[in-house]
Amino acid sequence: MQASDRFNINSQLEHLQAKYVGTGHADINRFEWAVNIQRDSYASYIGHYPLLFYFFIAQNEFIGRQRYTFMQKMLLPCGLAPEREED
Amino acid sequence: MLVTVPGGADGPSGVLVCAENFVIYKNQGHPDVRAVIPRRADLPAERGVLIVSAAMHKTKNLKPEEFKLFFLLQTEYGDIFKVTLTDGGGDRVSELNIKYFDTIAVAVSICVLKSGFLFAASEFGNHALYQFKGIGDDDNDVVASSASLMETEEGFQPVFFLPRRLKNLVRIDPVESLMSIMDMKVSNLFEEETPQIFTLCGRGPRSSLRIMRTGLAVSEMAVSKLPGIPSAVWTVKKNVMDEFDSYIVVSFTNATLVLSIGETVEEVSNSGFLDTAPSLAVSLIGDDSIMQVHPNGIRHIREDGRTNEWQTSGKRTIAKVGSNRLQVVIALNGGELVYFEVDVTGQLMEVEKHEMSGDVACLDIAPVPKGRLRSRFLAVGSYDNTIRILSLDPDDCMQTLSIQSLSSAPESLLFLEVQASVGGEDGADHPASLFLSAGLQSGVLSRTVVDTVTGLLSDARSRFLGLKAPKLFPIILGRKCAMLCLSSRPWLGYIHQGHFLLTPLSYETLEYAASFSSDQCLEGVVSVSGEALRIFTVERLGETFNQTVIPLRYTPRKLVLQPKRKLLVVIESDQGALTAKEREAARKECFEAAQTGENATGSEDQMENDGEDEDQGDSLSDEHYGYPKSESDKWVSCIRVLDPRTGNTTCLLELQENEAAFSICTVNFHDKEYGTLLAVGTAKGLQFTPKRSLTVGFIHIYRFLDDGRSLELLHKTQVEGVPLALCQFQGRLLAGIGPVLRLYDLGKRRLLRKCENKSFPISIVSIHAYRDRIYVGDIQESFHYCKYRRDENQLYIFADDSVPRWLTASYHIDFDTMAGADKFGNIFFARLPQDVSDEVEEDPTSGKIKWEQGKLNGALNKVEEIVQFHVGDVITSLQKAALVPGGGECIVYGTVMGCVGALHAFTSRDDVDFFSHLEMHMRQDNPPLCGRDHMAYRSAYFPVKDVLDGDLCEQFPTLPMDLQRKIADELDRTPGEILKKLEELRNKII
Repeated sequence: MQASDRFNINSQLEHLQAKYVGTGHADINRFEWAVNIQRDSYASYIGHYPLLFYFFIAQNEFIGRQRYTFMQKMLLPCGLAPEREED
Repeated sequence: MLVTVPGGADGPSGVLVCAENFVIYKNQGHPDVRAVIPRRADLPAERGVLIVSAAMHKTKNLKPEEFKLFFLLQTEYGDIFKVTLTDGGGDRVSELNIKYFDTIAVAVSICVLKSGFLFAASEFGNHALYQFKGIGDDDNDVVASSASLMETEEGFQPVFFLPRRLKNLVRIDPVESLMSIMDMKVSNLFEEETPQIFTLCGRGPRSSLRIMRTGLAVSEMAVSKLPGIPSAVWTVKKNVMDEFDSYIVVSFTNATLVLSIGETVEEVSNSGFLDTAPSLAVSLIGDDSIMQVHPNGIRHIREDGRTNEWQTSGKRTIAKVGSNRLQVVIALNGGELVYFEVDVTGQLMEVEKHEMSGDVACLDIAPVPKGRLRSRFLAVGSYDNTIRILSLDPDDCMQTLSIQSLSSAPESLLFLEVQASVGGEDGADHPASLFLSAGLQSGVLSRTVVDTVTGLLSDARSRFLGLKAPKLFPIILGRKCAMLCLSSRPWLGYIHQGHFLLTPLSYETLEYAASFSSDQCLEGVVSVSGEALRIFTVERLGETFNQTVIPLRYTPRKLVLQPKRKLLVVIESDQGALTAKEREAARKECFEAAQTGENATGSEDQMENDGEDEDQGDSLSDEHYGYPKSESDKWVSCIRVLDPRTGNTTCLLELQENEAAFSICTVNFHDKEYGTLLAVGTAKGLQFTPKRSLTVGFIHIYRFLDDGRSLELLHKTQVEGVPLALCQFQGRLLAGIGPVLRLYDLGKRRLLRKCENKSFPISIVSIHAYRDRIYVGDIQESFHYCKYRRDENQLYIFADDSVPRWLTASYHIDFDTMAGADKFGNIFFARLPQDVSDEVEEDPTSGKIKWEQGKLNGALNKVEEIVQFHVGDVITSLQKAALVPGGGECIVYGTVMGCVGALHAFTSRDDVDFFSHLEMHMRQDNPPLCGRDHMAYRSAYFPVKDVLDGDLCEQFPTLPMDLQRKIADELDRTPGEILKKLEELRNKII
């Protein structure tokens, strides 16, 4: 790889995509995009204890249960994927 | 949740998989061993049981066939189960037993200590340390075993149990936590020197109102009345070797009273003291004799009862006395000092006389250093606003070593010796040093370091303590010297974890004090105030606030103060819980069931209900263990009027029919028929999932009766949404109902709709009004600035924010500025630019046309963010308050995690420069343990703007000495100066 390539936008994107699942790409569809966003949100709720606690007070639900529910929701946050149209 | 099972010599290795309702043992090449987690008898069938925390402990005291270890698993309801594995030979597990152990508050993490303790870090509220009384060997407890697992048509057969009071654990000590501050108000309701912080904490049955005062808590041991108003008090030992004090000596204006300390404290007359004159000082002299100084002389009482008397010559009387165990200096009227020493025979000998230029205001002698015969330093304070350090050495006796000039005359002096500590019990290294503290007549305490060789004074720090001149007394605290300063309130100066702290005591004004040590009370203080003699101790050193806890019934939501009547009104509401009546019924049922059942398990293990009385604790226990989700559309709520002084509830209105209160405010309507009224916004049948929906909302108007102690409903007004915000505005009531801002006037039978604006984005959560401006906070879309035009009777939005902020708290700062906090843990200030503000105010048409032109659905003008900081915690309340008299106002915030913080505004550019440079160096040289970038963290959602992290700066003293020096060099200062700056800043806030 040449030195100039390293700063090539594409290689940077590839690097990001390899590192972070939710980076996105040109061919991303609406569903995948929504799934990424939902998962990111849930991950953030679980990761930030004060936020989790905020939900806990609002819903009067135990924190352990809350965390578990969020984790379950991360599996299929937007329901099943729509069937792909065959090209 | 997964729990590792140790292998090798300790156990079979493998893993415990804690699934919903089951614990499964898994290992490579091993069949699964599965057991159900016992369920509470009252748990609805559709609800599962989840394990939330676990701990493992190795022990030998188990049945021979079991592996020598057990696990403690806690469920989401707080029940702890003991899990043991039965050895099936060859590292195989033949059986898995789950036995009910105890129930404690739900913990995030539990930890078994080798010494037989269990620490539970609570999910919220106070954490606690428990001691093991047993390890669950009782065979009466419910056991679920993998061997007896039954599979039926509906799945596995569940095992039931009833929670009971603690049997295997005893709570030893709680760690107080304010966790989940729902609302907070700072106000000086009790008319004390500093305001109190009223916080609503906790959730459900563990909720409470906590009144916090700055300062240490004091526990009073005894109060007794004296025959007259005492002027001073001392305690004295008979012998240097004695562990406890022998006498309490109280001086009145014309007499001295001697009390002997034994089983009880009683008056004695054969002690040898002169009781017909007031005393100036009483202390132990030499090894076993007592000295009493009275205005006309010194009385020296030997151990065998002989007394020697030294008389003053002529008409001069003794004005002030300073002494340590071997040296005494008296100051006569007119400014003559006479110096005595105790000689080898225990006799008090006059050594030297010295004439001062004027009257002596106060004096003190430094304590005798270890291994020496005398201390070298005498400090003399004079009315010419100076302190002189005089030498007491024989060769340069009464020579002035150094002089310090002060801002006003000193009233009291005290040498405080700090012993050297190297990795001592408090873990801090500091060399031995000698401090000279002086209480000045202006109420300031000044503290200087005395060079132990030359006597030079350096590094002066001062702090305003109160309106009276502080009197200083040495006391013993934690086996170390500490200083008690009595000004208009008492302060305690002590060393804690290597830092010198000066904190107020939450106690009344005291006149005079002395340390006190007896059988019952090892390290106490005896003091006089008014006609009373008081003995107290100070506990929980190192804390900034002390709390008074008043338990509440449901999750508190909001709080309003009535400053005139000194009452609080609190609204509480809970989703999916039972009302007090239903709980009472459930409790009875449960109790009867328990009585008929074999093991009497009246579930009253309510130690978590701090301070609840027994039978109330009983009924709460049910709720404590959580209520079924199936009733999630069910709400319970109440409105409570509290007298914070006594902690009594003077009125409690329980809302009926699934109504829950969400907002509250006091309002004075135009027609003054009723005076101040209370408006409460409620919602009926509110549901969050799948979509927020409700049957109907109401605004209740209550009238205060009986001097505000009780409430009477005037009328209810039906509204279409949840009234989440209420505010008084020009003799009317503003209500935020969903996206609608509406102005109401008081009618006879309901509120009358006067004007409304429906163009708010999502839902209004806060309303503040100032003059004709209304500051509306939206749940997702930050602040909107509105104006009300009376002549056209219209509400306009004239400015809004360009950033979507999920507001959780807001506070009105000034005409153009709002402080807000969002759900993601940021705090920010939004300000309308000055020119825009002027334009809006000056526009004669009030710019109606302009406002109607808004751009892209927003308002024409935008507010600017002037301050932005990521706190990392959801802030639930904000308030402007001055916590220190004369310290200036700061923004105090309370967070969901129970932290109370403050933002202080810098007033000088120099300070800003200094602290921003210090912060920069701290960022570089003191990276956090987990390697996160400080700047990135504080800018997690929005770039940090114009806020310095005081917590980071305060870590400066914890840096190694050479690093401190390096940073100080780069700032062109000495480390001492930096510490002083930090201390000064802190003193302005608290």
